[in-house]
Parts: sequence; structure tokens; C-alpha cells
Amino acid sequence: MSEALPTLWFVLIAVLWAGYLFLEGFDLGVGMLMKLVYRTDSQRRVLLNTVGPVWDGNEVWLITAIGATFAAFPAWYASLLSSLYLPFTAVLLGLIFRAVAFEWRGKVDSPAWRNRWDWAIALGSLTAAAGIGAALALTTTGLPINANGDREGGPFAWFNGYALLGAAAVVLFCLVHAAAFLALKTEGGVRGAALRVVRRCLPFALLPMLAWALTVQVRGGTMLTALALVFAAGCAAASWRSARGNRDGRAFAALGAAMVLMIGSIFAAAFPVVLPSTLDPLFDLTVDSAASSPYTLGLMSIVAAFGLPLILAYQGWTYWVFRRRISERSIPAAHAVTPL
Amino acid sequence: MEALEIARWQFGITTVYHFLMVPLTIGLGLLVAVMQTLWYRTGEASYLRMTRFWGKLFLINFIMGVATGLVQEFQFGLAWSEYSRFVGDIFGAPLALEALLAFFVESTFLGLWIFGWQRLPKLVHLLCLWAAVLASVLSAYFILVANSWMQHPVGYEVVDGRPVLNDIWAVLTNNTALVAFPHTVFGALAVAGAFLLGISWYHLWKRRNDGIDTVDASGRVQIGAAAAPSRDATDHRVWLRSARLGAVVAMIAFAGTAVSGDLQGKLMFDQQPIKMAAAEAACHDGTGFSVLSVGNLGSQSCDDIVALVEVPGVLSFLANGDFTTEVKGVNTLVPEYQEKYGTHLPDNPIYGDRAGTEIDYLPVLEVTYWGFRIMIGFGAIAALAAGIAFWVLRKGTVPESRWLMRLAVFGILAPFGANAAGWIFTEMGRQPFVVAPNPEFAGIDSVFMFTAAAVSPGVTVAELLTSLIALASVYAVLLVIEVRLLFTYVRGGVASAMPELAHTPADHDGGSGHRADDADVLSFAY
Repeated sequence: MSEALPTLWFVLIAVLWAGYLFLEGFDLGVGMLMKLVYRTDSQRRVLLNTVGPVWDGNEVWLITAIGATFAAFPAWYASLLSSLYLPFTAVLLGLIFRAVAFEWRGKVDSPAWRNRWDWAIALGSLTAAAGIGAALALTTTGLPINANGDREGGPFAWFNGYALLGAAAVVLFCLVHAAAFLALKTEGGVRGAALRVVRRCLPFALLPMLAWALTVQVRGGTMLTALALVFAAGCAAASWRSARGNRDGRAFAALGAAMVLMIGSIFAAAFPVVLPSTLDPLFDLTVDSAASSPYTLGLMSIVAAFGLPLILAYQGWTYWVFRRRISERSIPAAHAVTPL
Repeated sequence: MEALEIARWQFGITTVYHFLMVPLTIGLGLLVAVMQTLWYRTGEASYLRMTRFWGKLFLINFIMGVATGLVQEFQFGLAWSEYSRFVGDIFGAPLALEALLAFFVESTFLGLWIFGWQRLPKLVHLLCLWAAVLASVLSAYFILVANSWMQHPVGYEVVDGRPVLNDIWAVLTNNTALVAFPHTVFGALAVAGAFLLGISWYHLWKRRNDGIDTVDASGRVQIGAAAAPSRDATDHRVWLRSARLGAVVAMIAFAGTAVSGDLQGKLMFDQQPIKMAAAEAACHDGTGFSVLSVGNLGSQSCDDIVALVEVPGVLSFLANGDFTTEVKGVNTLVPEYQEKYGTHLPDNPIYGDRAGTEIDYLPVLEVTYWGFRIMIGFGAIAALAAGIAFWVLRKGTVPESRWLMRLAVFGILAPFGANAAGWIFTEMGRQPFVVAPNPEFAGIDSVFMFTAAAVSPGVTVAELLTSLIALASVYAVLLVIEVRLLFTYVRGGVASAMPELAHTPADHDGGSGHRADDADVLSFAY
């Protein structure tokens, strides 16, 4: 039993990343679409309010993925973060700007103020999505780490084509996932524009993620991981058809399923290596070499077994409470705070 | 500068900054939840207004705590990879538990509370706030468990030279954590109390200054009403109740920090004796507490320090609860530490250029001595001021003095300063260790780590400098914006959180007035 614990935690961390990309994926994408597609303040406020009640809860999936990696695979956490020092710093700055922008944007009634925070949301979301995409791609394709797990070769030694591929994969997925989300959550002009994005962009928006998945597949894939990619392609096609047929819920769910299948396939094909070394395969961090003790993993398993279903239940309830579609009509007038 | 110094400055700056937001989040969150509970039970308008107004300020600040807290979760791996590898088996668990059990509840239910006005049944809406606030208190507990393990490692065995968790209960009930937790929560309440008192004082003063409230010849307060609906008699109740609540909370909180801090001190005299000796800048063994020591603390040499005013017996009381026990000074302790933990850093590559150099066991005396006194001093001044304020408020308003009002607003900073000083003292006092040795464990079970060994070996000075400068400047800009936003919302009074109070009823006939009644319009929107 205790030999299976590191594998179980590898699966759980893959689940946390997939959950993060599914949930925060659309609010990162909504952030980018605010500047990319939507022009008027009332449209942008519709966008903000579709994710307003939930974005912070979505972001905790990232904190949990990182925290769980620390607890379950300290060596993975230490090597990945310190090797990707600058990209993760950029991700943090992006997330900081985005978070305060969500909360503060409407607090002063001035177009210049709002415009500045809109940029913070869009660029912060872009940076976070790109950085996390690059990090996930690199942890499955390799970094120049030595025997101690430390990066060699300077601040940019991590930079390569896979980093760009991962960044493109997550950014483009977030954009189209957000558009599918907005089609499901809004009405009127905002929905129309979102549907156009899904219909035009969906097929090629998933290509970088597929390319990343195929790269990992070629290195260590099995029949099962290949099958997952076939199913992912099927889900993507179903999502596209549903979007063309105005079935918003189905389009959104199928697109999310396509991503989950691809990420699942990538993690499964990378198993049991959690962070390959490009210097020497002997330095690879594996599920077993990076894992915490059976006691720690067992304890965490018990907490996760109770915690995760509960989290899914109350986060699901939040989405149910705020299930109504939002349109420009739903947005109350901006309110200026004036001194007494 | 070397990587180690930059990494330490970065950790210090980002953590102290994060902890400017956190106490206000915890303390004010609890108080807003109490206010909404009072509104739920009594239906009184003033409690609703208090909930909305203080809730708005709570949210402006809350988001900064969230944003800066993200950095904390990452920076152990970013800049302290050797530390993460060494302690991950134990230290990672409370962080993961914090995320799984506290952060999810906090963020999800706060989102429900913010957007759930009028959409959720009143009781459910109230419970959402309580869930979020109690989760933030729980997160404080988990992070203090993690920090307390660095102060006083327990619940582990040593396997291959590394500590491995073997008793989670011992970690969760570490006596260091059990006293740090109430100390921190009371410290947070002290911040919130001063915040309520200072801002409410301003509004009570403003009402008098604008001629709304007056005091007649017999000294009785005549509560008036201005034309704006936000400045009626209920408005007076909002500020008076908030001010009194703030004053009472500030006094109780100080008493709580004093009692829990005393327990903490007694533990520290056992667990990290040199930290407490450094807090005293005490060279020789003795019983006296220094009220004022003069000399050159910065020289780090005992010969340069003279305790000018010293109260005999008090140090013994702080350490042991009696007046006679000799408390060890630096001159006794440093040789003891050298004997137990070595005089020189081992010749291990993780120490880089520092390998083989002499270990300085003395924390920076200027920081520990003054950090300890600023913590106690600012905390006591804030509590004393709250006591005086409570007495001044007995007739129902505040004096007309503009100077006194400014003092009340400025006084909000005192408990923030006390909190920051306390953390700087406790973290700097632990040096040169990042994981301090637990004196109860000897031999093979002894685990400790020097800070010099903890930094990421592969990360360059250029990277650390880049992130330090980027984070510090972004934090500085955001702090200015947050404070300005808070000022704007404070100046706007309750109407800044309740737009419906901003206009007289006549305004609602035209313009956008009809939209508020439309069932489709969100009751709250970004």
C-alpha cells in the first residue's frame, strides 16, 4: 500500500493541475478577452461579473497544486521553482496585478482608472497563463538540472521551444475556453462575440497543446495515453459542433474534457519521471526519488480524501447560486464615491 | 550583495508587507461578521450600515492579502530550495493543509458573500461570511504551525540526515504554535480595534465639525441630521457603536497579547535562550529587565552596552515566573551554543564561500532589542489610547479638536507597527538558524539548519535582485493605491458602501433610478 502512495500523489497533483486549468483557465481567458475582443465598459463589466464570485476560489487550485507538490514531492517543488525562477516571478506579478485589478477596478469612477486596471487584468492573465504553460511543459520535457536538482547554465537556461509551446498551449486554450464559458454565461452582444471566437478559433487553438501532448507521447507514451489523445480530439470536435449548434453547455463541457484528457495523457506519459534532467537521465527526478515519507503521504491522503469532495461540492454550489446568465442589462450603474 | 543576503531581504520585505494586510483581514473580518450577526438578530439599520461600510474596507484590504500571500506559497521553492528539500517532508504538510482546508473555504465563501447580497437567504449569506472569516483564522493557525516548527522542531525522526514526520499530532500541538496562535489573533484584533476607533472618531468629529451634532451647555450631545440620508441620526449610531466596539476590542486584544506573549516568552527562554538574551541585549546572567540600555548595540559587543535603567527581578519573572532565578546572558550562552552546534560552518558545498567560516550565534542586537521594545511599547500605547478614548466617548461624541482627531487616525498605525516589530524580532532572533535546534532533543535526533545553507544554490544574484526590485516596487505602488482607496472610501462615509444612501429620495425619480428596481439587475457587481 505505502509503495503506491507516491503514485497516488502524482495522480492527485495531475488532477489539481487539470482542475486548475479547467477552472482558472476560463477566468484567465476572460481577463485576456477583456482587451482582445470587448471594447465598451459595460461589456467588460459583464465579463468581470461572470467570473467575479468565483475567480478567487479557482486560483486556490493553483495554490493547492503548488502546496501539495511541496508536501508530497519536496524535491520536485524545490527544483522546478528554483530552476524557473524568473518565469514564476513573472507569474506571481501577473497574478498580483490581476487580483487587485478585479477588486479595485470599479472602486473609482473614472475611465482612465478603469483602463489601467483593464490592462492589468489582461496582461496579468496573459503572463500567468503563459508562465504556467511553460512551467508545465518543461516539467514534462526536461530542465538542465544537476545531481542535486539545481539548474545549471544561468537565468535563461530553461528557455527552449517546449517552453514556448507550453505557453502557447495554455494561453490559446484559456482564450477559447473563456469564450465557450462566456457563451454559456452571458446574453446578447457579449455572447455573440464569444460564440464567434469559439467557432473560428477552436480547431487551431488546441493544436499547441496537442503538439505538446504528442511530444511527451513519443517519449514515454502507452496505448492508454494515445487513446486519451484520440478521445481528446473527439471531444474537441464535439465541442466545435455544439458551439456551431448553439448548445453552449455541451460546447463548454466537451472543450474542458478535451483539455483534461490531454493533460491527463501528458502526465501519464511522463510518469514516473516528474522532472527530467536534460543533462543526464541519472539526475531525473522521479515519483519515488522526489516523494515524501509514507507517513506524510498517508496523512495527506486522508485529508485529501475528505477535503477534495467537499471542495468540489461547495464550489459546485457557488456555480449553481450564480448560474444565471448576465447581460449588459444586469449591470448596475457605476457609482462614484464622493467625500462628504 | 551575495545571494543569501538578497534572498533574506526579499523574504523579510515580502513577509512583513504581507503581514500588514493579514492582521487587518483577520481582525476586521471577525468584527464585520459580528456586526452582520447583530444586524441579522436585531434588524437594526445601523448594524447593516456598519456591515456594509466596514465590509467594503475589509474587501479593499483583503485582496492585497490574497495577492501577496501567493508569493509566500512559492518563494520557499524559488529562493530557498535547499530549505525546501531539507524540511519538505514536514513543512510542506501544514502549507498543503492550509490550502485544502482553509484557503478554498475562505475564497469560495467570500465570493458568495460579496455577490450574494439579496441572492442568498439572509442566514445563509451570514454563514458564508462566518465560514470565510473562520477559514482565515484557521489559515493563520496552519501557517503558525509551520513557522513554529522552524522555531521548535517536534514530531520527527531523522532519516538519512533529514527530518521526517512521524507524529503530526505533535506538530499540530507544538506548544510554540499553541501560544503563537492566540498571540497572533489578539494582535490582529488589536489592529482591527484601532482601525475601527480611528476612522469612527474621524466621522464623529466630522459630524460635529459640519454642525450636525452639537453639545449643549449642560454637556449633553444633541444628535442632528443633515439633508443627505447617509448623515441622519442612524449615521451617528454607526460611528459611535463602531468607535466603542473598536476601543473595547483594542483593550481586550492588548490584554490577550500580553498574557499569550508572556507564555511565549517563558517558552522561548527554554527553547531559544539566546533569542531572549538578545532581546535584552543582556551580556551577563541576571534577574533585571532593561528599560533602557545605552551604548553601541551595533558593535555586537557586550562590552559596549550598559543597562542604564534596569528593574531587578522582572527578567526572572518573564522567564520563570519568580524574581530570583538567574537568566543566562549572552556571555554564557554563546560558548554553550558553540559547544553543541560547532564553532565553524561545516566544509559542505551547500555553504558556498561561507563553508568553514566562524558561526556568529548572536542575533543582530539592535534589531532584537528594539524590536522587542517597539512591539510591547506600540501595543501598550494603542491600548492605553483606546482606554482613554472609551472614556471620552461616554457622552456620545468626540471633542471638536482637530488635533485629537488626527491623533486618533494616526494611532491606527501603532498596532500595525507592533505586529511587524514582533515578527521581525522573532524571525531575526532565530538567526543564524532557519530551523532552530530543539534543546530537548540531543544526539542523533537533533535537527537544525543554518540559514546560510537554505538558499537556492542554482539561482543567481541577478535573478534574486530582479525579483527583489520588481516585487518591492510593485508592493510599494500597490500600498500607495490601497491607502488612497481606503482614504477615499473612508471620506465618503457609509454612502461609499451603500450607493442607495448617496442620494435623497427625490433623486430616484429620474435618470438611472428605475434600474435599481429591475429584477435582472445585479444587487452587487464589479
